[in-house]
Amino acid sequence: MSDIRAHFRMQLDSFSLDASFIAPAVGVTALFGPSGSGKTTLLRCIAGLERAVGTLQVHGETWQNDTDFMPVHKRPLGYVFQEASLFPHLSVRANLEYGFKRIAPAERKVPLEQVVEWLGLSRLIERKDPALLSGGERQRVAIGRALLTSPRILLMDEPLSALDSNSKQEILPYLERLHRELNIPVLYVSHAMDEVARLADHLVLLEKGRVIASGELHETLARLDLPTAHFDDAGAVIEAAVAQQDEKYHLTRLDFGGGQLWVSKVEQPFGTTVRARVLARDVSIATQAPQGSSINNILNARIEEIRDEGPDKVVVLMKVGESQRLLARITRRSRDHLGLVAGMFVCAQVKSVALMN
Amino acid sequence: MTTLDPADIQAVWLTLKLASVTTCLLLLIATPLAWWLAHSSKWYKGVVAAVVALPLVIPPTVLGFYLLLLMGPHGVVGELTTALGLGRLPFSFAGLVVGSVLFSLPFAVQPIQNAFEAIGNRPLEVAATLRANVWDRFVSVALPLARPGFLTAIILAFAHTVGEFGVVLMLGGNIPGETRVLSVSIYNHVEAMEYGPAHWLAGGMVLFSFIVLLGLYLAGSRFSRVVK
Repeated sequence: MSDIRAHFRMQLDSFSLDASFIAPAVGVTALFGPSGSGKTTLLRCIAGLERAVGTLQVHGETWQNDTDFMPVHKRPLGYVFQEASLFPHLSVRANLEYGFKRIAPAERKVPLEQVVEWLGLSRLIERKDPALLSGGERQRVAIGRALLTSPRILLMDEPLSALDSNSKQEILPYLERLHRELNIPVLYVSHAMDEVARLADHLVLLEKGRVIASGELHETLARLDLPTAHFDDAGAVIEAAVAQQDEKYHLTRLDFGGGQLWVSKVEQPFGTTVRARVLARDVSIATQAPQGSSINNILNARIEEIRDEGPDKVVVLMKVGESQRLLARITRRSRDHLGLVAGMFVCAQVKSVALMN
Repeated sequence: MTTLDPADIQAVWLTLKLASVTTCLLLLIATPLAWWLAHSSKWYKGVVAAVVALPLVIPPTVLGFYLLLLMGPHGVVGELTTALGLGRLPFSFAGLVVGSVLFSLPFAVQPIQNAFEAIGNRPLEVAATLRANVWDRFVSVALPLARPGFLTAIILAFAHTVGEFGVVLMLGGNIPGETRVLSVSIYNHVEAMEYGPAHWLAGGMVLFSFIVLLGLYLAGSRFSRVVK
């Protein structure tokens, strides 16, 4: 089987891990959870940096089972730590080449020039002292260094969390580019929903060392039984194609399976797929198509489920079109006044759409 | 003005030879020991650390006394070296080396151990994920990053051996060309009221120590800049 199958158990004084999941062989799988949920420990177990009881298969190859434990340096993986952790005694180039030199020439599937191009390192590679690079630059070098070992899987442990928001914005486009161009699976540890919504395809949700859910990103985010639907920034992710440019009002129409969304102009060619995020708090519900509304985006939806959230709020899960889900957070009073129940057809009014790229 | 006689020059060379041999042996012994102390989580790590640090607190004469007993004809080490055909160690250059190595062990182990601890696990983990095996990680990451610690250890071990007196006197006595080192020569001159050569030797040692320490601090500040 060409995927990642992991099961680990570990008992520490204050923490126990008992996590198993299967991640697909392509795309980005986010290991998501609050701090202390064991996501970093789980990633370290996969790398072999932490020794837990368990089994691990990557692309059908056993990396760990009851009797065998493949040492870290024999595992064909790339690991990006929270802090870039460049070797201070080596130049930027020597850092990049550290792992590259240690794999057999025949195994070097990712050429240096390619990585330099992907991560925009051409200006940095001749720098002598990595300590003089900015935080974002250092992390880009660290990602490049990991990729140059031609890994079969890339493990990233909150690679953005040690960066300020400017560096984050600088590095995210590079991560998205890797997401598009790399054909190896990425396990991405994060506790930031916006990063996950932006980068992930698959979600593994952790809580107190246990996997509480695992599945395709859109579906998992739309599950009202999970804590993710009740975060302040809970919402749905929509993948839509650029369909029309309105030069006069500087807007772009995005089409997706459930309808269309008008958003601020996107400078992308016709047909490009973009990822948009619609937060539950930005969606309101009307039982009839509203007249004279300033809201541009009104989607026909069918209520699938309503769940209480606190004393005054409810979260409404709706289906738009064949498969697209949408979340709305409204008051309990509105639900009762409008008589909203599962199965009803309603109009979802989308106040704002956040484009992820 | 009295100057140094050939016996004094001989003592200077012998001292430098002893310090060099001791420092080389110490690097070989202290590096794995420091690595183990920096990375082990065994319960007896504290015991080992205390034993290594012991020469810092016990008087050199005490250390010399026990070594003399151990390496003497009735001591365990003495019987072993005799059985191996190496003869007895006290009152020989080899005996001095053994004594000096033990006496200066903490001065070599502690700076290296501190350097290894300061590196932490992260760079080694990074190297492991970049396909470096244990030995490779040690050579390509730990050793270069611990360079300031090694430099301190070399200088301290060398200087400490040069200045050693108590262990040498207890263990090696006063044999010219074999065990009569600088500090013993000074002692002899002073006992014989020959203050001239005593001044030359003593003044030379003060100057030597100053240069060594100056070099250490200059190197230290340079390296700390590099490490930041």
